[in-house]
Amino acid sequence: MSAVTDTYIITRRQLQLLTRVPEVLIFSTIQPIMFVLLFRYVFGGSIQTGQPGGYVQLLMPGIFVQTVAFTLAGTASGLAEDMKKGLIDRFRSLPISQSALVVGRTLGDSLLNIVVLTAMGLTGLLVGWRPSSGIGNVLLGFLFLLGFGYALSWIGAFVGLSAKDFRVVQNVSFLVTFPLTFLSNEFATTTGMPRALQYFAEWNPVSTMVAACRELFGLENKFGATAGSFPSEHPLVTSLFYMVLIMAIFVPLSLRKYRKAAG
Amino acid sequence: MKSVIAEALVKTYDKGNVKALDNLNLDVEEGTVLGVLGPNGAGKTTTVRILSTLLRPDSGRATVAGIDVIKNPDKVREIIGLSGQYAAVDEILTGYDNLVMFGQLYHLGKKQSIARANELLERFSLTDAAKRPIKNYSGGMRRRLDLAASLIVKPKVLFLDEPTTGLDPRGRQEMWGVIQELVKGGVTLLLTTQYLEEADQLADEIAVIDTGKVIARGTSDALKKQVGGERLEVVVDQQHVAKTVEIVSEVSGHAATVDEGLRLIMAPVSTGSAALVEVLRSLDNAGIHALDIGLKRPSLDDVFLALTGHVAEEHKEEEPVLSGRGRKAKK
Repeated sequence: MSAVTDTYIITRRQLQLLTRVPEVLIFSTIQPIMFVLLFRYVFGGSIQTGQPGGYVQLLMPGIFVQTVAFTLAGTASGLAEDMKKGLIDRFRSLPISQSALVVGRTLGDSLLNIVVLTAMGLTGLLVGWRPSSGIGNVLLGFLFLLGFGYALSWIGAFVGLSAKDFRVVQNVSFLVTFPLTFLSNEFATTTGMPRALQYFAEWNPVSTMVAACRELFGLENKFGATAGSFPSEHPLVTSLFYMVLIMAIFVPLSLRKYRKAAG
Repeated sequence: MKSVIAEALVKTYDKGNVKALDNLNLDVEEGTVLGVLGPNGAGKTTTVRILSTLLRPDSGRATVAGIDVIKNPDKVREIIGLSGQYAAVDEILTGYDNLVMFGQLYHLGKKQSIARANELLERFSLTDAAKRPIKNYSGGMRRRLDLAASLIVKPKVLFLDEPTTGLDPRGRQEMWGVIQELVKGGVTLLLTTQYLEEADQLADEIAVIDTGKVIARGTSDALKKQVGGERLEVVVDQQHVAKTVEIVSEVSGHAATVDEGLRLIMAPVSTGSAALVEVLRSLDNAGIHALDIGLKRPSLDDVFLALTGHVAEEHKEEEPVLSGRGRKAKK
């Protein structure tokens, strides 16, 4: 039971940090909203999709996934900062559950995602996003997004605890996240890419997540679906599989890293 | 009874290329203070990290209050307090929030955590700053808060890794006062320091370490006897040097040494200020005016010179305990 209490205290600490530095919450919300508006009005006009309701219907799932993908960087830099300040050693010298700090951090970052996704969803509704699948499926879509963000947050934990230098963390997270989010069906169809990249984009977890969300929000997945390939036919199952796989690898790796932190 | 025992600890870094601890043996009697004295890189921090369960030695054995730190780290964590070179508290949270959070992590319960936080803030003169974020604290205040955090549940054994490194003289004095109060309360304390004066002020016994080994061990007095204790130093005009050497040698009982360039005459003395007064009187009688005169206490360098024949060398810098990655504490 004490592991749960410890984790709860750490998660609460993170929410406390948000109230002390509200800028963090404000900027982590403003940035995705800005992306929604930019893509909607800058690219939306020139990308012909034939999608009823317009480009924004296809765009929103993509931007949601991109935003939760950046949880990786958030968790990584948060833990790297704790490490730099020596807080990790302090926590490790306490008689508390040896996973509490990392679990609490990943949970706290997911709670932040709830706020950010809500703000984005509302902005989307304002600029014409109209999911047509019913409230249940839409909520399920957001649950998927939170789950994906949580899984990626564990990759971030591993990056944050492994980095020898705080500045490296930013670069590594960027290098992991950027190609994954752009080599995908997020913003444009993958059929225009060179064949090798198409193949990558097809199996990219970001693409399967976007496809899964599009399905849950009541769209046909028009972008990048090579007809008949497994991930395009079964985006929900594939995405779930990826989440489980990521967690199965990075939860134990990160916890092991934590126990030996700075050793 | 021994509260802390370290036996034959060995720890290497960089695949065995850097030997941080080389068969280190150490123990602390219950209710006493051991000062571990040594230059940077001597192995002080590595020792504290191993004893406080943060690091596993390559070989050797260590117990804290009879509990094996390698086999039972969880049990050890329940009875120790640790405070490092760099204040390891959350900068964004207030002092109060930090202490309440750590209290809850020690499973004190909310009410008790709050009570304990207020009590510690009061005791370390931080009540006025309680509701301010740590990032606005001075270096000395941060250290005091860090120390407070390590005392939330009264630890049986307390480890302080260079508690005053990087503090200004006033911060150092305050910290010494706080630690002396603690010691009166009967805590078992292992303290590392680079300053002989600090070990002298705070510790019952001193262990001098160099290149991962204990090279001398004893009370401050015994150590000083070995080092030669205090030294009297006088600076006079060139024409009085010869006569002054005579006077100083007579008071000291040892032949005085002279630095011709500085016109500085030095000799070991055992009677402290009495010797100083005596020399001043004799100089006065001889009509010699001392340009500068004083008693110099032995420094870490003097200790090392006496024990090893070389001055304290800085070795490869270690990672400090609650440190993270080598950030200097802000003043």
